[in-house]
Amino acid sequence: MTEIHRSIDVVLVGFGWTGAILAHELTAEGLQVLALERGGWRDTPTDFPTTHAPDELRYYWRHEMFQETAQETQTFRNRRGQTALPIRRWGSYLPGVGVGGAGVHWNGQTFRFLPSDFLARSHNQERYGALPDDMTVQDYPVTYDELEPHFDRFEKLCGICGQAGNLQGDLRPGGNPFEGWRSNEYPNPPMEMTFSQDRFKASARDMGLNPFPAPSANMSRAYTNPLGVRMAPCTYCGFCEKFGCGNYSKASPQTTILPVVMQQSNFRLRTHCDVLHVNKDRDNTRATGVTYIDAHGQLHEQPAQIVILCGYQLSNTRLMMLSGIGEIYDPATGQGQLGRNYTYQVMSGVDVFFDDAFTNEYIGAGALGMVVDDYNGDNFDHSGLGFIGGAYIACWTTHARPIESQPVPEGTPEWGSEWKRALQQNFLRHTSLSVHGASMAHRENYLDLDPTYKDRYGRPLMRMTYDFTANDRRLSEHITPVAAQIARGMGGREIKVNALDAHYDIWPYQTTHNTGGTIMGETPADSVVNRYLQSWELHNLFVMGAGVFPQNAGYNPTATVAALAYWSAHAIRTQYLRAPGPLVQV
Amino acid sequence: MLQRRIGKRVFLRGCLLGATALVMPSVLGAREYGGTNMPWAAGVANLPHDAMHAARFFTPEEYEMADAITARLIPDDDTGPGAQAAGVVDFIDRQLAGFYGRGQRWYMQGPFPEPLETQGYQAPYPPAGLWRAGLAALDQHCHQAHGQGFAALDGPTQDDVLKGMEKGEVDLNTTDAASFFDFIREMTIEGFFCDPVHGGNRDMVGWHLIGFPGARYDYRDFLHHNGAAIDMPPVSLMGRPAWNAQQGQRGTGNRKGAR
Repeated sequence: MTEIHRSIDVVLVGFGWTGAILAHELTAEGLQVLALERGGWRDTPTDFPTTHAPDELRYYWRHEMFQETAQETQTFRNRRGQTALPIRRWGSYLPGVGVGGAGVHWNGQTFRFLPSDFLARSHNQERYGALPDDMTVQDYPVTYDELEPHFDRFEKLCGICGQAGNLQGDLRPGGNPFEGWRSNEYPNPPMEMTFSQDRFKASARDMGLNPFPAPSANMSRAYTNPLGVRMAPCTYCGFCEKFGCGNYSKASPQTTILPVVMQQSNFRLRTHCDVLHVNKDRDNTRATGVTYIDAHGQLHEQPAQIVILCGYQLSNTRLMMLSGIGEIYDPATGQGQLGRNYTYQVMSGVDVFFDDAFTNEYIGAGALGMVVDDYNGDNFDHSGLGFIGGAYIACWTTHARPIESQPVPEGTPEWGSEWKRALQQNFLRHTSLSVHGASMAHRENYLDLDPTYKDRYGRPLMRMTYDFTANDRRLSEHITPVAAQIARGMGGREIKVNALDAHYDIWPYQTTHNTGGTIMGETPADSVVNRYLQSWELHNLFVMGAGVFPQNAGYNPTATVAALAYWSAHAIRTQYLRAPGPLVQV
Repeated sequence: MLQRRIGKRVFLRGCLLGATALVMPSVLGAREYGGTNMPWAAGVANLPHDAMHAARFFTPEEYEMADAITARLIPDDDTGPGAQAAGVVDFIDRQLAGFYGRGQRWYMQGPFPEPLETQGYQAPYPPAGLWRAGLAALDQHCHQAHGQGFAALDGPTQDDVLKGMEKGEVDLNTTDAASFFDFIREMTIEGFFCDPVHGGNRDMVGWHLIGFPGARYDYRDFLHHNGAAIDMPPVSLMGRPAWNAQQGQRGTGNRKGAR
């Protein structure tokens, strides 16, 4: 028997960054808000205190922080016509689970997208002419200017550490001269850079580039955010990404917002509740609530006036598919919006090996880095290059965790005495540069439901069909050599270039920056949600997360995800609650 | 890069059923008996493990083989102690006996068709099953090619066998040799460099080798090292035994003599 609960104003499906933000915004409006989270409660002193947190095997290699593939996974293939097989063991990306979501185990690299990133089609077509037919890139239906106050809010919530490059139109030395205008300085100064960043900065400057300190959610000093929640200075322990921060130094829902939200009398959280379905009325105009299953296998129905999907991009997209909301995209016909424009990130890198200098990379932090943006977005002339978009080039010193970090020069055997000696010589004398590239949407890269593989409830897994595109290759081939040139100027003995793979491979870790599938757009004919992240089909259903990106930019997505969540919450508060119904008329 | 390579290889070759299944322990899959294929063999008994043996998953023979393999991958040499001193085989044994060996967190539903090189782990069994099948096939290969089991071979011959596996040139029946090799190497590295709390990296020998200071949490005093060596002995999540020991238990490897 399904247990039917009393109706509530708002139900949030998933309780990571966007769930925490929406809970805070909507409880402030006086609404009764319930969050359903399929994982458990997690907090700093109990789940990742400093005495436990630096455990590479447990948290990374045994996936303590991540969703279990046994619970939900995807099938994957490179292209249509191949048989997709399930991801049995996470590799390329690492979806989170539990309160705080992937916001617990992120690095904290907190970039804003460029103003032109929001105009990927119109801006590029105006400057370079028509885009290829198979490139299904489109403009965001929201501008940088509209999102600026919401970026600002998230940066203050997290205490982002950085240096403004464009303060209300004034270019500031030492910051990123290409960034969109900022209404305010960063709330905290940049992190302290270490040896590798100093060398990167000098080499990049010699090349006429514009290095700046990466915007970081790892605290450069003690900080109290606007909610009154306090964070501690980062200790550069080198255990950020794939780990929880034991030191209250990395912004996460736990360290910035949950201490307030959890105490609101009109807020409730139910953990270990896995939402199976969004229910809708007969007219197909409203969501009526959700059906979920608890850890005992008991089914529940939770009616709600507003349903907000706050899960990870992959989970949100699949939940909409399983709930029959909208038409699933078919690349053969181009029909359907749900699952369309799945994009990712185009990554390459360069290793630098020193002889006489110790980089001591274990002294690091998730967002400790120097960056150049000269080759990102449309910050350079793409005429005749055959691609759009770009990449940042960064020298991050995030860690030297020894199972993951095995730096040896080109040509070293992979085991035995020679390998052992090379590792001994290079482990503390190595750094690397990342080329973090944009991923433009393509007609043949998409998500749908798998015809064969089922989850533990017998429901289809979602199928990912994805490979790198011609745009990706040209982008990477153009920008990776620039990174190699910076690397050569850093004074090391030798470098090693790690180029983009021939085909996307689901095993080596790349990034957890999966985007698209529930994209935002101007009309129901080009998107799943409107500019306020409201479903075109069910007006009381809102969808958060990077799934709404029409395509991905050359940056880490979290700040844009959060800014869009604040933007959507603002529209719900100021428009939707007054007159529930479609916020965009077409 | 191990991560890169493991996914590029195909774990499953052919089908588990059929004549080759005879060399596998019975836990691995369904078999059909009858005709000339009888479920018993003369002189073979399923003996209990030696109760004094430390193994949890491995049989004594498997333990000996795994120990010999990992000792070749990370040898004891002039750079310092290797996998044996670090207790790598005990680490792997414990891992295979637990949730990781069982693939408890992994999606393990079939079917298991021939995968693409880009589709990652697609073995029809979790890590423990992969090791069991792989070691049995490797032992058989060594007996056929060299007249004795892997552990009894001399070092150079063991290296040749491992190189053959690495290149995928050794035939291990239903197990893909290269994929199995990559998985062995991955777990060997885990056992050599994990926190000692997990039973490997005994006395932090792996961390001493490379100069990793371990489970420390505050490096602010060392941020501006400006390329200099830092002398800092490693610490485990269990604490640092050297705190209770005589002076002189300092870092080695890169740190030797550096102050």
